[in-house]
Formats: sequence, C-alpha cells, structure tokens
Amino acid sequence: MKKLVLPLSSGDIMGLTAGESVLISGVILTARDCAHKRMTEYIKEGKELPFEIKGSVIYYAGPCPAKPGMASGSCGPTTSARMDVFAPALLDMGLCGMIGKGEMSDEVREAIKRNTGVYFAAIGGAGALYGNAIKSSECIAFADLLSEAVYRLEVEDFPAVVAYDCHGGSIY
Amino acid sequence: MRRIDTGIIEQKIYEMARHAGVNLTRPCAEALDKACASERGAAAKFGLETILKNAQTAHDMQMPICQDTGMAVVIMEIGQEVYLEGKLLRDAVNDGVRRAYADGYFRKSVCDPITRVNTADNTPAVLHTEIVAGDGIAITYLPKGFGSENMSRLYMLKPAQGTEGIISAIVETVRLAGSRPCPPVYVGVGIGGSFDTCAFLAKKAITRDVGTHNAREDIAGIEREALKRINALGIGCQGFHGDVTALGVSCEWAPTHIAGLPVAVNIQCHCVRCEKETI
Repeated sequence: MKKLVLPLSSGDIMGLTAGESVLISGVILTARDCAHKRMTEYIKEGKELPFEIKGSVIYYAGPCPAKPGMASGSCGPTTSARMDVFAPALLDMGLCGMIGKGEMSDEVREAIKRNTGVYFAAIGGAGALYGNAIKSSECIAFADLLSEAVYRLEVEDFPAVVAYDCHGGSIY
Repeated sequence: MRRIDTGIIEQKIYEMARHAGVNLTRPCAEALDKACASERGAAAKFGLETILKNAQTAHDMQMPICQDTGMAVVIMEIGQEVYLEGKLLRDAVNDGVRRAYADGYFRKSVCDPITRVNTADNTPAVLHTEIVAGDGIAITYLPKGFGSENMSRLYMLKPAQGTEGIISAIVETVRLAGSRPCPPVYVGVGIGGSFDTCAFLAKKAITRDVGTHNAREDIAGIEREALKRINALGIGCQGFHGDVTALGVSCEWAPTHIAGLPVAVNIQCHCVRCEKETI
C-alpha cells in the first residue's frame, strides 16, 4: 500500500489515482459543520483564520474525548457532503485536500481539479482504529465548539482510499 | 402491582449505554463477517476488513466503536401493573445517559437545533414509552448515529402503489443515500400507521436483530425482495462498489387509513449497536 507523508507536493498529488488505497502520516486539521460555518464567517469579515489553510489537509471529523494516557478518543470520518458548500472556497484559498467519507458535489470535484487537490475517503465507522492512529492531538481553534472544534492531529498510517484525484477521477 | 424504583432503570440505562457504545450486536458482527468473506469488490473488501479490525480494536481497548456515539434512543415497554417510584422516569433515563457518556469517553453529539450549541452531556435522550400488559419493563437502547439518520425518508404513498410502491421507496432511499450513510446499511422500514407512528415503526424495525424476518410472510417477502434489489445497486461498502450494500431489511407494520400508505425508511449504518434488557 502506498505511504503518503504530509505535506503533499503537487507531484505527490498528481501521482494519486482514484481507487488506490493509501496510508497517510503527518499533520491534519479536524473541522466539521460548526467549524466550517465559523471559518466562513471569518473569511466574510476579512478576519485572519487562526490556522493556516494553505497546504493543509482538513479531516472532516469530531473526535470522542481521549481516555487518560491516550492521544485521542475514537475519531473516524463524518459525512463529507455536508461540507460541499464550504470546500470549493477553501480549496481556492490553497487547501491541499480533505479526508472524509462519501461522495461530494461536482463543484467540489471541479475545485479539486482546478487547484490540484485531492479528496481521500477514510472508512466510516472505523473510529477506534483511526483514534489509535493519532499520535498527538491539540485543540488549536474554536474550543467552545467542543468536539466540533479544530484539532491539530499528528497521524501515523491512517488508512484511506483516494476518492477524487486531481485528474477528475472518482471512486464513486 | 409491582413497585420499581427509577434508580434501577437509571443504572440499567447506564450499563446498556456503556456496552452499546463499544460493541456491535452479535448478529451485526456475524453479517459483516459474512459480507467480508463474500465481497468481490477490492476496495469494498478493504473497507469491510477495516470495519472488522475496528470492531476488534474497539472491544479490546474498550473505546467507542464509532466516534458518533449517537443520540440515545430509548424504547421502554412498561407493564401496566408497574408502579414507578423515585425520580421522574425521564430524569432517570437522562441521568443514566449523562453518566455513561462521561465515564465512557463518548462524544456528546446533542445540540440546540437553531443555535447549534451543544448540550455538552448528550442529553436529552429520545424516550418512547408504551404501556403494555404485565408487571415488567422491557428496555431497548439504541445509540443512533446521524450520518445514516440524515439519509432516512418518509413517503406518503397512494394505496394503489401497493407492495411494489413500498419496495421501490425502500430501494430509492438507499440509492439516493449512496455512499453517505456508511454502507453496508441496515434498513428499518415502517409500513402503515399515521405519519408519526410510521416513522417510529421504522426506528423499531432497526432494533430487530439483523438477519431476522417479520412473522408475516407477505411482509417478509417485501424484506427479501427489497434486500435483493438494494444489493443489485452495486453501491457496496462505503460506496466503493461491491456486492453488499445492505446487511438486511427489517419491516414493521401497523394498520393505516383507507386513503393512505405511509412508508418510512430509517437508515442504520453498518455499526449496529443495540441493547435489550428487562426489569
């Protein structure tokens, strides 16, 4: 299985084909419904986001609390389609890619192509497995949103499948 | 008359919630095993293998099998010979849920529908009570994730659409859901009743064990035919294309009005977590 280390270069991204299984290692940022809504408000108001979007990979997820001695609780992907309305603008701002589950809109696929991005499908429902692949977790923004806050995760060998590649390919 | 202290119910709910958050039901685990063995799609098989590995990890490490530890749905059949004493039943249920979600390190996923502010303790639970014969209480506990709940639908069919209309509605719901609800799904279907009871029947249907059939032969026939057509869609595990899109279809029914044929389709993801206890 192909191993990917973040951040991804455009060469890395161009080498990915929809349908191939990968193991992802490196830093990703969690954000789901409420965090996206707030990011959009920041952007609308011209406020600087409290974290770097350019080159980042967003993981659509809201973790369980970590048990003592663990870096994270269970943390599988959530349904990506709810973020359809937010993803194209973030990709245009330089977001490298997303990890989630399930199909996204044609607008998102277009934005991925346009920006040489990528969308990975993690396996929905495999929360315990993904939680164990997280080596460190730190809340870096919007802490009031609890599980919907933005967490900076260091992950190792995160199993996923390339869902949309930058050439317009799709696993769905 | 039998006196039951609601404190006993609270403790029961606590234990059921703790167990459900970490474990699949045995029939669901068996159905997933079977699906993985027979799946011919490579990516779908990878998905099923990952799901099985996850179930083992969750059990071994006693951590939530899915981070969406759900809204707590409680169905309680209370014998009419029972006299409940102690704190309010609703409070007992919520206190049990609150403690379980804190002690189990479960995610708190309940919020205000308008402000979206999280209640921070996963309460209130969804509590359905029915008064039945006897002096016992039967409790069903179902932590319901919303990736699948979001893909559910309710149809008000015309009586003339009959059995074919019911099957088409079930298959259409799964087709439109596509990859989003975490297939392979378990499909709960309510047939008949009114707008509200139909949806409740669909919810009750997913509390029935995967692989079982309705006692009525004509309804069981709908379950079998719908499952066959769903699996012919080829959506597969996670939408990766494959042979197994649903683990089962479970229908419950109730008499309805002469003018109507309500059909509710409640989607449950592959992570079927459901506990049943009696007091």
